[in-house]
Amino acid sequence: MSVAGAAPFREGPLTRLSTALYLRPRLVLLLLLLPPLLWLGVIYMGSLLALLAQSFFAVDDFSGLTVYQPTLKTYAELFTPANVAIILRTIAMAAAVTIGCAVIAFPLAYFMARFAGVRAKAIFYLAVMLPLWSNYLVRVYSWKLILAKEGVITWLFGLVGLQGVLDHILELPVIGGPSLSASYIGMWIVFMYIWLPFMVLPIEAALERVPRSFIEASADLGARPRATFRHVILPLAVPGVAAGSIFTFSLTLGDYIIPNLIGNSRPFVGMVVYAYQGTAGNIPLAAAFTMVPILVMAFYLAAAKRLGAFDAL
Amino acid sequence: MPSRAVAPGRARNGQIRSGTGAGWGLKAAATGGLLFLNLPLAFILLYAFTTDDRSFAFPPPGLTLRWFALAWTRPDIWQALGLSVEVALLGMTMALLLGTLAALAMYRFSFFGKESVTLMILLPIALPGIVTGISLRSAFALADIPFSYWTIVLGHATFCIVVVYNNVIARLRRTSPALVEASMDLGANSFQTFRHVVLPNIATALLAGGMLAFALSFDEVIVTTFTAGQQETLPIWMLGQLLRPRDRPLTNVAAVFVIAVTFLPIIGAYYLTRDTHDAAGSGK
Repeated sequence: MSVAGAAPFREGPLTRLSTALYLRPRLVLLLLLLPPLLWLGVIYMGSLLALLAQSFFAVDDFSGLTVYQPTLKTYAELFTPANVAIILRTIAMAAAVTIGCAVIAFPLAYFMARFAGVRAKAIFYLAVMLPLWSNYLVRVYSWKLILAKEGVITWLFGLVGLQGVLDHILELPVIGGPSLSASYIGMWIVFMYIWLPFMVLPIEAALERVPRSFIEASADLGARPRATFRHVILPLAVPGVAAGSIFTFSLTLGDYIIPNLIGNSRPFVGMVVYAYQGTAGNIPLAAAFTMVPILVMAFYLAAAKRLGAFDAL
Repeated sequence: MPSRAVAPGRARNGQIRSGTGAGWGLKAAATGGLLFLNLPLAFILLYAFTTDDRSFAFPPPGLTLRWFALAWTRPDIWQALGLSVEVALLGMTMALLLGTLAALAMYRFSFFGKESVTLMILLPIALPGIVTGISLRSAFALADIPFSYWTIVLGHATFCIVVVYNNVIARLRRTSPALVEASMDLGANSFQTFRHVVLPNIATALLAGGMLAFALSFDEVIVTTFTAGQQETLPIWMLGQLLRPRDRPLTNVAAVFVIAVTFLPIIGAYYLTRDTHDAAGSGK
């Protein structure tokens, strides 16, 4: 009603402006898009490119100041054995986290997509989403409580009399440590916990899209459920797994808080980026290190695209 | 429908009935996954009440409400909380404005370079937070902008835009264009149409997007470590406590508080967008 009441057929200034704008759609587009574009295009992309450009400068060894002359010296520094070890360690952790997430997420997503009723599905969905949106730091912290030497896990192992098994696991050469929260195993668990929802949701979406007729056809053709799963459902779920792996892989590559709080203080890419830009004041090297996750992700995305990940996002 | 007869154990809604389909192994694995995702936060809740103030001993030796009372009297916690809420409200407002503008433009027009604009909107959340953080920081340094309250807001708004954008554009796509045409046919100008037709249609999407943006900003720690000067948001205060533990019991209480403040908007946003397919959070 208010529309009709507010607009008698008399041309007010607003109506004239509206008509003028209606006749110039390009101007409207410009007006609408200009503020967000200025923000994202100039402030965000500008600073991103400025940062990446700085990786082609180098810090003067004596003065510690950045010399603004194009050079590849910083990249030479990036590929020293110590730094390569950091990069490989980070990539190995990202790969392990991705595989672990896929293994835990698949049955959960499969159950959600194929077996849960409408109500159960809503509850599952909320239960997967809530951790995703709750505080990252608090979630990491909760594992510090759980993995601590005097914490729940140790208590549980003690309760069932398997204290010895836990000790043996912690004595393993590379992945062990003085306690779970100071070992790679602990870090791996925490990473999986933090990024798991990113894996569950795309797999669930991919499984949901498997047409029922495919499964029926497979059964009609005499395949047992196991064969149907192996030859029909699993291949169709691959794009979902690939899509989820983009998140788990990328997020692990760039994270610097978890390696800081959990694990044995051996550096990861995120941590050195933070250290170089902060206390060490070597922005060029920090920028060069930032290129690592970006480049790794570019290759990863190209591979994921071939697996059909982008249709499953 | 012969197929219906052949495949036994299928429920009417097209899903395989759980009794015949899901084996106990699958059920156990799914339940295990769900517990893995949700149980840890329960421990935070438990530890907020423990009487033990120097270790993480489990089971807790006793339960107390003392730490809540103590946290109540701490000015640094209140200050950090106040800053967090302020920054989140401002960041949310900016994200609402910019995200809605972008969504309106992207919905109504197709133009050269549209794909790149979409990518640009998604980029702040697709790239690891550390990349966004460090690039903003070095840009502020290059431009000689001192780190302040405003640099935090700037950083937060940047990655909140996409949440609002996703919610609003999904709603616009489902709103019938006939509504807008009918409004114009009835003599309303574009501003009146926006005010009386478009806005009521996207109102809940705006509310949901805003709530998620608020929660995202309230929680953010990585970008904030790069763009904050001396100011401490609540997550930054917590990070400091985690790196150099001083008040362990108070950290537990603050953690409980953070959980409470973020859960309410998220559950609210979930219920606002529940019936639609642009489920809240799918953009994160």
